Amino acid sequence: MSTLLIDIALFTILTVIGLAIARIRQLFAVAMLSGLFSLTCACIFVLQDAVDVAFTEAAVGAGMTTVLFLGALALTRSREESTPRSRSLPAMLAALATGALLIYASLDLPGFAAADAPVHRHPLTARYLQDSPSEIGIPNVVTSVLASYRGYDTFGEVVVVFTAGIAVLMLLGRGAATSVSAPARVQPLHQQNRVLRVVAKLLIPFILLFALYVQFHGDYGPGGGFQAGVIFASGLILYALVFGLDAARAVAPLAVLRGLASLGVLLYGGVGVATLLLGGAFLEYGRLGGGDALAGQHLGILLVELGVGICVTAAMILLFFSFAGRGAGRPGKTDE
Amino acid sequence: MIAHLPVLQVVMPLLAAPLCVLVRRPTAAWAVFLAAATLCFGCALALWAQVQAGGTLRYAIGNWPAPFGIEYVVDAANVPLLVLVSLLGLATALFARRSVQDEIEPARSYLYYACLCLYLSGLLGIAITGDAFNVFVFLEISSLSAYALIALGRRRQALLAAFRYLVMGTVGGTFLLIGIGLMYALTGTLNMADLAERIPALYGNRALSAALGFIAVGLAIKAAVFPLHAWQPDAYSEAPSAASLLLAGAGAKVAIYAFLRYAFGVFGAELVSERLPLAQIALLAGIAAMLIGSAVACFQTDLKRLLAWSSIGQVGYIVTGLGLATRQGLAAAYLHLVNHGLIKAGLFAAAGIVLLRLGSVRLDALAGLAQRMPWTFAAILIGGLSLIGVPLSAGFVSKWALAQALVAGQHWWMLAAMLASSLLALVYVGRVVEVMWFRTPPAAAPAELTSVGMPLTAWALVLLTLALGIDGSGLARLADAAAATLLGAGR
Amino acid sequence: MIVTHYNYWIAMVLMMIGLYVVMSHANLVKKLIGLNVFQVAVFLLYISLGKIENGTAPILDAAFTTYSHPLPHVLILTAIVVGVATTAVGLALAVRIHEAYGTISEDEALQRDQQERDAA
Repeated sequence: MSTLLIDIALFTILTVIGLAIARIRQLFAVAMLSGLFSLTCACIFVLQDAVDVAFTEAAVGAGMTTVLFLGALALTRSREESTPRSRSLPAMLAALATGALLIYASLDLPGFAAADAPVHRHPLTARYLQDSPSEIGIPNVVTSVLASYRGYDTFGEVVVVFTAGIAVLMLLGRGAATSVSAPARVQPLHQQNRVLRVVAKLLIPFILLFALYVQFHGDYGPGGGFQAGVIFASGLILYALVFGLDAARAVAPLAVLRGLASLGVLLYGGVGVATLLLGGAFLEYGRLGGGDALAGQHLGILLVELGVGICVTAAMILLFFSFAGRGAGRPGKTDE
Repeated sequence: MIAHLPVLQVVMPLLAAPLCVLVRRPTAAWAVFLAAATLCFGCALALWAQVQAGGTLRYAIGNWPAPFGIEYVVDAANVPLLVLVSLLGLATALFARRSVQDEIEPARSYLYYACLCLYLSGLLGIAITGDAFNVFVFLEISSLSAYALIALGRRRQALLAAFRYLVMGTVGGTFLLIGIGLMYALTGTLNMADLAERIPALYGNRALSAALGFIAVGLAIKAAVFPLHAWQPDAYSEAPSAASLLLAGAGAKVAIYAFLRYAFGVFGAELVSERLPLAQIALLAGIAAMLIGSAVACFQTDLKRLLAWSSIGQVGYIVTGLGLATRQGLAAAYLHLVNHGLIKAGLFAAAGIVLLRLGSVRLDALAGLAQRMPWTFAAILIGGLSLIGVPLSAGFVSKWALAQALVAGQHWWMLAAMLASSLLALVYVGRVVEVMWFRTPPAAAPAELTSVGMPLTAWALVLLTLALGIDGSGLARLADAAAATLLGAGR
Repeated sequence: MIVTHYNYWIAMVLMMIGLYVVMSHANLVKKLIGLNVFQVAVFLLYISLGKIENGTAPILDAAFTTYSHPLPHVLILTAIVVGVATTAVGLALAVRIHEAYGTISEDEALQRDQQERDAA
């Protein structure tokens, strides 16, 4: 009963935020609301037993995406959007048509949380939940499915992150020789504000440590490469925000980031190639353990999650540096 | 290694991308791309030989049997497409060296080659997979890299084109995700073969019909099927030449293949044509595309934009064949899928040469091209004749097959529409030829062509279409086998 | 019906809102935010498919017997990452469009292109 009340409250908040996003015109407010939307969704995910997903949604959706939106708004110096023109009617019709089709579909969907839904009756459930301790041997079933059973999808996911990193680098990056630092007349944040400086110095080591914990503890609890990578990146982003972009660039030069992002993908693919060379199928971790399939699985999952973590960290920092380093855009200038 | 070819087909270009980023220098990055594309093509040919000899290949990644893990399936329905896509990848690699030098700034070239590697492997990944969700992942890989590839066009319109493609493409991808989710909710599995077994028992279920609808709309957006084509003309015309080649030749084709696989291989022809009006809607959309695409192409003043609208029209032929939902119709659709991929790639390659030497692809700048650049003109002419469907061209073979399929189903007015569309193609190809042949060229001579790769690519593709036009029986047999596999899977 | 399906319906309403924002607004950043809302709503739909009555998070422990299904979680983890990647590339394009056109309204940018074409 109490869960139902919390559910209703969260869903109501979610819908109100959604409507607010549609109606409000100040872009800064809308960006913050979208972060709040992600955070509320993360809470709902927790209620629906999706703890790994909630973790990722909070880190990526509420964290990283909001940073990117704010960065873009700063670069485009947008405050308020101009009046939406009269394309509301076709948009409304299309949205209503889609919604109607969806609700029509929902009538034949199995009920929420029904134990006899096809999803739960399929042999997949038994294999993942009952056989995975003997096949893979780690408690977090989501990690074993993510990294081992469906490890190839996760490989694709790492490649997607890598693609985003290099695409944004290609679009917004400037060479090291032309890096734009903040004009000298503005004091870096850390010199203006002692509280920020002290608190940032206290927090950042713990953030990084937590990221390492999440990386390696993903087998036993919610966590894994993606979440860890985003948290690690956010530690560095906090450093960049408080101590200045140049200081952060000294810690993580562009060449190193590029190399790490590539290395992450190559590590993941390399594990697959190694298993091929050892006589197994691509990403058949069992081969990595000598004779012991379970040890091989553990090693394989460790290595691929490490590859994921490295690539995601580097790519997220690359994204932030690309946006932050672009400087104030000059209207009317064509791309070079 | 032979047993692992299915996975190597995708993994090789995928791992080439970070290598491109690591090597940094443009020439080295190009060499990595070329090596990956060559190995890819070899791999596809080897897979083709294996499928001819032994039938369907199944590869369980991670050695987890399907449906517990992800499975790659290589059969008669996708092996011709793998060969086509990897051939176009190799063609792009040969074409790209000089073209990228000319159109992309050197500091970013290595990133550009990495994106090309990713786009190629994304397309191959969609074509070869046997898992419903895996299609989505590789679709997103190919889409993201495509957005970046397009955005580096010369003009600022390229940025807007890339953004519009991003928004529409992501909505399409999310629709696909919704469809996959609904299918999963009803069956509990993501493996295509497993789904094909479980779905017939669910015919009549509203969520299932909605799932098919969402998947159809999502992939239709990606394939630029009329009326969801709005992103395509800008994207194809503003993209740099090396990207246009691969985008126009392979991008839409793979999306259509994915729809064929879902619609016929997973959901089943019965659902698509008898229980739901999806096939009929596809027929209407295809006819509309044929007529409108070719008609709008007649009014274009820019060569690449003309080719883009022509693609919308030609995709209409493929969708019409698909909408017939018969073995003949599907075979004709598949045949035109392959043929058009080659024709368009050849034409865009020729357009790239024109851009390099003349600095513009506006039609009025092309006056007298036949005198100034005779070989390029000849390539464009052969490609254009193929678009019309003149006998002895690849276009004729596939249009004839489609006409036969329409006659077999007694769809006379559709046949009339097809002929009308060919007449329109005659008009727009005629316009181009008229400008190039009959107008007097300006005094300034075109720049020297200092590349071997570019004309080699254009001519190889054009000659291949000529060869397929003169003897199209081999390809027709492959297309028929593909149609049979799609219709027969799981039933 | 309402009790068993309300999760789906709320996710669907949010999808509609997101799709409406994408299509009706000309501001590029607003479009991307709408796209984000649309995608997150789809995630809500997927995750609600995996829940089971009296289940718990799929982390095996001797104290529990019923677990929610891990597969939708895995799929959505991938989808979240795909979503942020798309948003990042979209925002990069928006920044470049602003530099090239001086505006991030799609309509104004198209207008400026049209003016350029008319002047030529």
